[in-house]
Amino acid sequence: MIINLNINGSNIKVEVKEDEYLSETLRNNGCKSVKRGCDKSTCGACTVLVDGIPVLSCSYFSHRAEGKSITTLEGVIEEAEKLGEHIINEGADQCGFCTPSLALTTISMKRELGNPTEEDIKHYINGNLCRCTGYEAQMKGIKKYLEVE
Amino acid sequence: MKVLDKKRPKILKIVNQPIPKRDGKKLVTGAAVYTDDLAPRDALIVKILRSKHHFAEILNIDTEKAEKIEGVECILTYKDVPDVRITRAGQTFPEPSPLDWKILDNYVRYIGDEVAVIAARNEEQADKAMRLIKVDYRVIEPVLDYKTAVQSKSIVHFEKDSRVNYDIGFEPEKNIASHLHFDIGDYEKGFRESEIILEREYETQATNPAMMEPVTTYTYMDEYDRMTVVSATQVPFHVRRMIANSLNIPTSRVRVKKPRIGGGFGLKQTAASEFFPALVTLKTGKAAKIYYSRKEVFLATTRRHPFLMKVKIGANRDGKIKAFDFEAISDTGAFGEHASTVIEACAEKSMAMYNKVDGYRFDATAVYTNLPSSGAFRGYGKTQGLFAVESIVNELAKEIGMDPTELRKMNLIKKGENLLLGTNHVYEDDIIRQDSCELDFLIDRGKELINWDENYPGKDMGNGKFRGVGMALSIQASGVLNIDSASATLKFNSDGFFTLLISATDMGTGCDTILSQMAAETLQVPLENIVVYAADTDVTPYDDGSYASSSTYVTGRAVVEASETIIEKLKKEVSEISHTKIDEIEYDNGVFAWGEDSISLKDLGYRLNCRQVMATGSHTCSKEAPPYKSGFALVEVDTETGKVDVLEFAGVVDCGTVINSNLCTVQTQGGILQGIGMALYEDINHDFAGREMNDSFMTYKIPTRKDSPKIMVDFAKSYEPTGPYGAKSIGEVVINAAAPAIADAIYNAIGVRFRKLPITPEKVFFALNK
Ligand code: FES
Ligand code: FES
Repeated sequence: MIINLNINGSNIKVEVKEDEYLSETLRNNGCKSVKRGCDKSTCGACTVLVDGIPVLSCSYFSHRAEGKSITTLEGVIEEAEKLGEHIINEGADQCGFCTPSLALTTISMKRELGNPTEEDIKHYINGNLCRCTGYEAQMKGIKKYLEVE
Repeated sequence: MKVLDKKRPKILKIVNQPIPKRDGKKLVTGAAVYTDDLAPRDALIVKILRSKHHFAEILNIDTEKAEKIEGVECILTYKDVPDVRITRAGQTFPEPSPLDWKILDNYVRYIGDEVAVIAARNEEQADKAMRLIKVDYRVIEPVLDYKTAVQSKSIVHFEKDSRVNYDIGFEPEKNIASHLHFDIGDYEKGFRESEIILEREYETQATNPAMMEPVTTYTYMDEYDRMTVVSATQVPFHVRRMIANSLNIPTSRVRVKKPRIGGGFGLKQTAASEFFPALVTLKTGKAAKIYYSRKEVFLATTRRHPFLMKVKIGANRDGKIKAFDFEAISDTGAFGEHASTVIEACAEKSMAMYNKVDGYRFDATAVYTNLPSSGAFRGYGKTQGLFAVESIVNELAKEIGMDPTELRKMNLIKKGENLLLGTNHVYEDDIIRQDSCELDFLIDRGKELINWDENYPGKDMGNGKFRGVGMALSIQASGVLNIDSASATLKFNSDGFFTLLISATDMGTGCDTILSQMAAETLQVPLENIVVYAADTDVTPYDDGSYASSSTYVTGRAVVEASETIIEKLKKEVSEISHTKIDEIEYDNGVFAWGEDSISLKDLGYRLNCRQVMATGSHTCSKEAPPYKSGFALVEVDTETGKVDVLEFAGVVDCGTVINSNLCTVQTQGGILQGIGMALYEDINHDFAGREMNDSFMTYKIPTRKDSPKIMVDFAKSYEPTGPYGAKSIGEVVINAAAPAIADAIYNAIGVRFRKLPITPEKVFFALNK
């Protein structure tokens, strides 16, 4: 089937299978920041924004996104670089496989919550698993980016 | 042996600085850098039909219907693979692991074992074809309990062609993959003269490394008709050899490249996925790709060897430890990857910090079962052994009423003293002497961080919750003595910058960054003037790969050597250009000077335009330079639910010079959190029929942000004279000590001793409500 998507500001028509998930569609269309860590909505690596709301694209059917606006990290690259710098300065990027989705979720959190507390942050990004860093340095970087005390 | 001490620079500019990871920006912004991001769009999709039985003979495979599905390119079975047994372990040749594995076999040995390889144009077609393959099995009684595997009537590897490269105590007819026995010193005297002897049994479980990027590989034939393998692997050179051997093609026809790796922790040392797309590409001539599902990562790759350990300790009432006795069985699963070396690593290091004993005895057997294969996982046998040894030392402290930190200080190895032995029973003084060892500091600093004096042993919080503190120590290796080898090549470029070619594999560890730091420091150039490239077996020099905590210590030495050599070579060029004697030329901060004259690297680069100056450094690990760590836990136990919360954890590390404080700190925090996961909940269980129950992140819990306690990290001021810039390893030492420290903290909170991991709320609850 053919569906209409707005990916990072561009309207495109894409051919998808009926049971295709959005993670696959996006990766096939050049959005490689969308990673696949589990394909079972348990790791957060495939997070994208659908009409501004973070969703796990590995369990979101592509056809459900018909007519919707999708944002991947490629679409907010300037913001990602700002946040990224804080994360990198803390040494919190190890293998990096979890960081694109973490960055996108954090950017979405900033838009949604404005001024979150440490607890809010932990809660918002708890679904973004990382096996390398022990989370602490990521948190430091995120707090610096959000200018949270 | 060569000691770098004399070259110890006064002020380090680039080494020992918190330099950002060089690939950081690209990783954080989601660039296409991992294997699957780079795979060609038209690659065939490879899927694997896996065994539903623990143990069975394949009588017949009918692929006729499946082959007719549109888009199916080929379906391959055991009839289509060379009759060669190898090991997938990814170790230096000659591999210590038994050669007991075939790409496809007519026997399946665990649920998840490969039965057929399907290649199709897309995933849907491959899945459809898979469902149409009919397999007739003759089911065989499986071996499911490793504790009784030796007595089992069923033999996992009965075939005649499984063999070993050298003696590792391989007795497949008894389901023994490897057996190791030795004793050192007069341990019998030690026990005879002991005033107190404790004997305990400990058990550690199977855990999955669970790196975030699943196992993945793609392959194609290049323009010279050579097999190119692009894979998330820790060991490109070993993969090259394993692919060539298993497919019966010359090694010269195989090229292996590794892009960015999304974590490994040892799992990506044993080759799980590489063979299947390579087989398809060889048969079809077409590009092929495989991407394991998370379930396949759980079921069909490797995990930590479960260990059952019986440990005995002999001591005097004043706390002097006199002897150990250590017996273990480990479960290597269906294949013997890392079976012998994991028990060896356990034997050589678990008791190594207590070097003042009269002796110890060690006896361990790694057995085959019809469960998924065990393999390398950060900590590698020491994690298991140290859980038992550090726990029994804590129990001894309780028994004689001593503070465990004081007890340790009485018995620990000190700087300048010898380990009891080195890897593979090396006893030469200058190899096993500890030139850097700050264990006392690790203990004192850890106590400070966790507020030991106030918190020890524990207290009742008055709301059904109890707190306690506990501690343990950790030791690892820095590379495998006399085995781990690495080379590094530097290429001098026209604009005066250098290309650093290495085959250490940065899987998030940051070795591309820290090895560049070492090159920049030695060459006295800004970091930007070092371009790093890793790893491609056609281009970059030989390295075992990144495992056994070898990249900093072993590859680092190669990098320093290459840097020193290329300066000498460049001096020679300058001497020719300037008609000056070499020893009249000084090199300082990117400038060669002689008499009144000088030339910068940049100008020299242009002058040498048509002459390529290169240098390679090589190093083989030739010293026992283990890193050490102390771990201190503050826990709170909820007696109503049995839940244990780690509130704070302090890890203090002696890794010699800290090459990059940011990266070392984060590695330590990450390692500690993995250790906490292992202590409290990570576990692979099997149901009554032996089927794996933990095959997703829903059922196999790894620590999340909310589970993560405050983790405090500090480093000893330490300098290892044989390490590059005084550095030792860090990658693995940081995972150990968490489990025994937490187990002791729980004891100090509620007075119940847990000797079997993980310490789940159920276990705590039932222990309290017995
Ligand atoms: S890949 Fe979607 S949550 Fe893991
Ligand atoms: S950095 Fe590797 S998973 Fe987070």
